[in-house]
Amino acid sequence: MAYTVSRPKLTVWEKMYLPQVVGGLAITFGHLVRMITGRTKVIMQYPEEKWDASLPPYYRGAPALVKDEKGRERCVACQMCEFICPPRAIRILPGELPAASKWAKVEKFPDQFDIDMTRCIYCGMCEEVCPEQAIFLRKDYAITGFSRDQMVHDKAKLYEIGGTLEGLVFKWNPLK
Amino acid sequence: MDLIYSIDWYLIITSLAKTIGVLCIVLFMVSYTVYAERRVSAIIQDRLGPNRVGFPTTLLGMKNDFSPFLGGLGQPVADAMKLLLKEDFTPAHVNKFYFWIAPALGIGAVVVSLAVIPFGSSFLGDKMVIADVNIGPLFIFAFSSLGVYGIVLAGWSSNSKYPFLGSIRSSSQMISYELSLGLSVIPLFLILGTLNLSDIVRYQVTHGWLLIPITNGHIPTLSQFLLWIPILISFVIFTISMFAETNRLPFDLPEAEQELVGGYHTEYSSMKFALFFLGEYAAMIAGCSLIVTLFLGGWHCPFIPDGTGTGGLEMLHAIPAWIWGLVNIAVFFGKVAMLLLFFIWVRWTLPRFRYDQLMRLGWIFFFEIALVNVFIAAFIIALIPK
Repeated sequence: MAYTVSRPKLTVWEKMYLPQVVGGLAITFGHLVRMITGRTKVIMQYPEEKWDASLPPYYRGAPALVKDEKGRERCVACQMCEFICPPRAIRILPGELPAASKWAKVEKFPDQFDIDMTRCIYCGMCEEVCPEQAIFLRKDYAITGFSRDQMVHDKAKLYEIGGTLEGLVFKWNPLK
Repeated sequence: MDLIYSIDWYLIITSLAKTIGVLCIVLFMVSYTVYAERRVSAIIQDRLGPNRVGFPTTLLGMKNDFSPFLGGLGQPVADAMKLLLKEDFTPAHVNKFYFWIAPALGIGAVVVSLAVIPFGSSFLGDKMVIADVNIGPLFIFAFSSLGVYGIVLAGWSSNSKYPFLGSIRSSSQMISYELSLGLSVIPLFLILGTLNLSDIVRYQVTHGWLLIPITNGHIPTLSQFLLWIPILISFVIFTISMFAETNRLPFDLPEAEQELVGGYHTEYSSMKFALFFLGEYAAMIAGCSLIVTLFLGGWHCPFIPDGTGTGGLEMLHAIPAWIWGLVNIAVFFGKVAMLLLFFIWVRWTLPRFRYDQLMRLGWIFFFEIALVNVFIAAFIIALIPK
């Protein structure tokens, strides 16, 4: 439905335009002066100053795998994250635990775990979907590399970023 | 043999030296105007702008890179390198001949118009103007309107709709504003009685600058005082028309990025694009030079003698005259630089005019006001004795 936008009634002073131009120039000049005298403080000179210290706890940076306090990898290679990942950045090659192993009931572990950081969109779906709380989004945001190959984080790199995380894990619970 | 002796070698050599000098100064100013544009726009918008690029003196074996007081002063050099090294791409569908000459026309016409501007008083006994012709402002108007050919040809030969629209807008805009540009300065010529720009500056040295008649300790007569009103109107119209003539915001419709991709130079890349860019800023400098020469006393600064060591304060006459010649040149380009900063300041303050508003302003307001202004000035000159 078409509707009419009422235009503001201008005074004669405003209709003359030139006074308004001068007013606008005064506003920008004010910004210029405040900037030059250093009264405006909105800038962070990035490589020298960083906001790492004030990153919020919910900040979503690079995804990473975590180990538990005993250095055991939490991931069970269920591939939920691989399937949920919207840009399909995650590739998992599951390995099978030998039947003689104490944790044979877990069945799988990630033999290879690659996240292509050129595809990752930092949405955090993998973290949400993980049943073992094995993948988390960390606060690393400056992910760089000289080639596409370097931008693929393999398992070693992911554990290096992730580090360890304490807490309940179903996988290592002998009662289950 | 006679021919060789009949050639005025002095004229040729001095003209050549002056031409090279002016070109160097103007191209230097162009590159740093671009830098100033980026810095001032950033500061007005509470940012910092390019503040990193210094001069890589470490390559020459020195300990630190040289990054002078403001930082980022190496930016124009880096930009020029980038533009030179970029791929010079000519699309297949363009009219190649006109596509190639359009950028050259764009900058060539502007640079030629700088020839008649007196950029200094005199230096070592030689007048600091490349061509001291008696049709100065007409020459500049003629060549600055030739500049529109570069834009029109660029838009047309690109064979693409947005550049074409941009060039059409540009030509109609220039025609509309050329009118008020020319008409607005007629009162000046009624007062001055000359079209020679050097003489116009000389008049302002003795009678005070046209816009500020009290310089030089001169007390304006009644006639001069009344004539200041038409001169002020002339100045406002001339300056605003100059904004339109040089395609600056608020009249930058030929390259309105939001509507026309990049305007008339959408299809251009590398150095051909850079020539348009340079031409635009050189046009700004030429326009500012004309405003300074006509209204703001050209190279004249109160209390400072000219290049022959006359005028100004008595106590300054002890210093050699050639120093004052250089000071006058510096004063002129200083004034131009201040005006350029004003142009930049306006650009980052005002939004763009709509096209019908632009045409209304040009044809309904400025044209009529400039016309009436001519009569006001004529009546004052005729009725009130000097």
